[in-house]
Amino acid sequence: MTLLGQFALWVALLLGVWSAAVAFSGRWQGREELRGSISGAVYGTFAALAVAALALWKGLVTHDFNIEYVAAYTSRNLPSGYIVSALWAGQKGSLLFWALVLSLFASLAQLLTPRRYAALLPYVAGVTSAVTAFFVCTMIFAANPFERLAFTPADGRGLNPQLQNPGMMIHPPMLYLGYISITIPFAFAVAALLSRSLDTGWIHAIRKWTLVSWLFLSIGITLGMWWAYVELGWGGYWAWDPVENASLLPWLTMTAFLHSVMIQEKRGMLKRWNLGLIIGTFLLSIFGTFITRSGVIASVHSFTQSNVGYFFLAFLAVSGILAFTLLYTRWPSLRAEVQLDSMLSREAAFLFNNLLLVGVAFSVLWGTLFPILSELVKGTKITVGPPFFNRVNIPIGLLLLALTGVGPLIAWRKASAANLRRQFTAPVAAGLVTLTGLLASGMRDFYAIMALALAGFVAGTIVQEFWRGVRARRRMHGESVPLAFTRLIGRNRRRYGGYLVHVGVLIYFVAFSGMAFKREMEATLKPGQSVQLQSPFGHTYTLTHMGVSQFEALNRVVSAATVSVMRDGKSEGLMTSEKRQHVDSFKRPTFEPSTEVGIRSGLQEDLYITYAGSVNGTEEAVYRFTINPLVWWLWFGGFVLVFGGVVTMWPGGGQTVTSPRRAVAGYEVALVGGDRE
Amino acid sequence: MKAGHKFLLGAAAIVASVGFLIAEGVKETGVYFLTPSELAAKTQADPTFYDVGLKIGAKVVPGSVRRAPDNREIDFKVSDGTKTYPVTYRGLAPDTFTDVNDIEVIVEGRLGRDGVFRATEVLAKCGSRYDAAYNKAKKA
Repeated sequence: MTLLGQFALWVALLLGVWSAAVAFSGRWQGREELRGSISGAVYGTFAALAVAALALWKGLVTHDFNIEYVAAYTSRNLPSGYIVSALWAGQKGSLLFWALVLSLFASLAQLLTPRRYAALLPYVAGVTSAVTAFFVCTMIFAANPFERLAFTPADGRGLNPQLQNPGMMIHPPMLYLGYISITIPFAFAVAALLSRSLDTGWIHAIRKWTLVSWLFLSIGITLGMWWAYVELGWGGYWAWDPVENASLLPWLTMTAFLHSVMIQEKRGMLKRWNLGLIIGTFLLSIFGTFITRSGVIASVHSFTQSNVGYFFLAFLAVSGILAFTLLYTRWPSLRAEVQLDSMLSREAAFLFNNLLLVGVAFSVLWGTLFPILSELVKGTKITVGPPFFNRVNIPIGLLLLALTGVGPLIAWRKASAANLRRQFTAPVAAGLVTLTGLLASGMRDFYAIMALALAGFVAGTIVQEFWRGVRARRRMHGESVPLAFTRLIGRNRRRYGGYLVHVGVLIYFVAFSGMAFKREMEATLKPGQSVQLQSPFGHTYTLTHMGVSQFEALNRVVSAATVSVMRDGKSEGLMTSEKRQHVDSFKRPTFEPSTEVGIRSGLQEDLYITYAGSVNGTEEAVYRFTINPLVWWLWFGGFVLVFGGVVTMWPGGGQTVTSPRRAVAGYEVALVGGDRE
Repeated sequence: MKAGHKFLLGAAAIVASVGFLIAEGVKETGVYFLTPSELAAKTQADPTFYDVGLKIGAKVVPGSVRRAPDNREIDFKVSDGTKTYPVTYRGLAPDTFTDVNDIEVIVEGRLGRDGVFRATEVLAKCGSRYDAAYNKAKKA
């Protein structure tokens, strides 16, 4: 099967090169058969890569340990779900997965793009094919998943236990889908530049793609936080690790892009900025892959070091130079159609939102690269960690949160005093009430108070919008409240879906602020001994060590420590945390031992128990007990955000061609008609 | 003043504050990341270079790990082959920190004047013995 896979990779490479070469040469113009061969090559690439992926899957499922990749990431006793997901568990397989999905997206872009943008498609195919060809090339010459070993091991190494978590079956592909789908908007941007069709057409053509990739990135990042929280056992979900940062970077610029395209659609401004943002986002996604795979920056996530990093660095440089040169040559034809009218306008709010998001991205990039930069400049490595990122990004994040409330409500062009009063009196009051309540309850953490008060303000703006919308529908159509509510969302998906996304975002902020009140203690307990832990919400936990039990499971030997939990004097049952030693089918230990934490999640706080080992093999256990406030809300915020994103993207309804008329301030009238966004 | 100009002023203010936050952040929170040899060179060149927050990236000297019975205090030595420093760490070491093989660690903390590095954080990279075995096999 490796021969077939190998062959399929070469076919994919040749097809990709063909498609890119024909597309960029421009020879297809006026020659229908050549033009057809471009999209044909795109579909063919997908077919070839699908064959390659199936070949690797066959090797994984049949335990063909002579294939190095199969031996390195699976073993006979690995649960079957993880055997299937091992396709993207390692460097080489994930490259294949990446190329496969990219060629799928490229095919979908050829098939699904409306006919009126057909002029862009050959160039789009050229870009996607070039990127796919790069990935295939990297596989063939530096990281071949079909490489065979000189001998056949009796059993494979098995999957890293930290990756043996259901979340890890979907977290990487979600993140990959986000990274990969960025290529499509990028391809359209390059196509628009090449074909000089620089009106807003390309932006309409990619609207869904940008949302899709933003959504996948959001899901991927949130799942990553969840995985870190339940699997890494240090009691948090975000450590500003280089690889985490690498996933955040394109998310930030993509978020900026999603907002700034609205300005281009409505007002014909920011054309250059938008092109720059989408090119930057694409480069950051490649940069993220480079960081993850090259080992230039120490990270817990690093793949094994290999020269794949050089391939990515070269690709990053070449595509960056080409894309920005192209943008530069089209610079004069990208002038804004209108000028900014006032600082008190939605345009200005969005511009500031963009600057802040890019500012966050820059600071994260700077902090991530700082060890390298300082070594280049000063000769010594200086690193910055979570204190740096928090210090810089919490204030910017709070400003962004405030703009989340301001942006959607302030009038286009120029807000009048009446507009400001009308839109912001109630929300500001909501924020102030929250602030007073928090101070009265004795909270003293400045940033947490600010975050929660601003969340109150933003919530006020969103509730007000929904309430006004429902009220207007009830008045016009005499609908019941629930009906008016659902129709309001259904008929204005982009607008109200966007609000729901904002609700998700502000729930994230609420959850983040909870971590300011984290409590933690370590204890060494004999069976029967107990400790007490006070939570920030005023609950008292009494934790009694019950003992340690040992047993064998499918692919591991487990020591499980059990704690009986009492909250405010009432029994809450038992919780268990495990130390696991994974073994292969010959009972030989594989990997270092790993810890499985015990988590009891609640609306107020999580009780998080880590069993750190026993004293000299007795039942006297060492624990770390952590109380993490408001973590549940992070996952809930993720659901709201994804739900809002799906509403925004749902096909049909609520999507009308934009007209300049609606760029004028004062819009209550259009709201009822149901076609405003 | 035109709105465009005002915006540029606002933008400049934002860029400046982000720049300031970054510069301040690096100054206040940045820590040196040194190998044991580099650290030795630093303390030799600058005798006041003690009790400064820094990180050492090195390998654990095999057999040097001494754990308190309850695992909450660990003493070990780190080395890059030329210089060796004793490290003491109070806290729970990560799962990846084991005595076998030469594992790579990053320890964060301060070097005391007694020459002992007091770590507040220990990060360990897994010693991938299987990887090594496969790599050897491939070359054969």
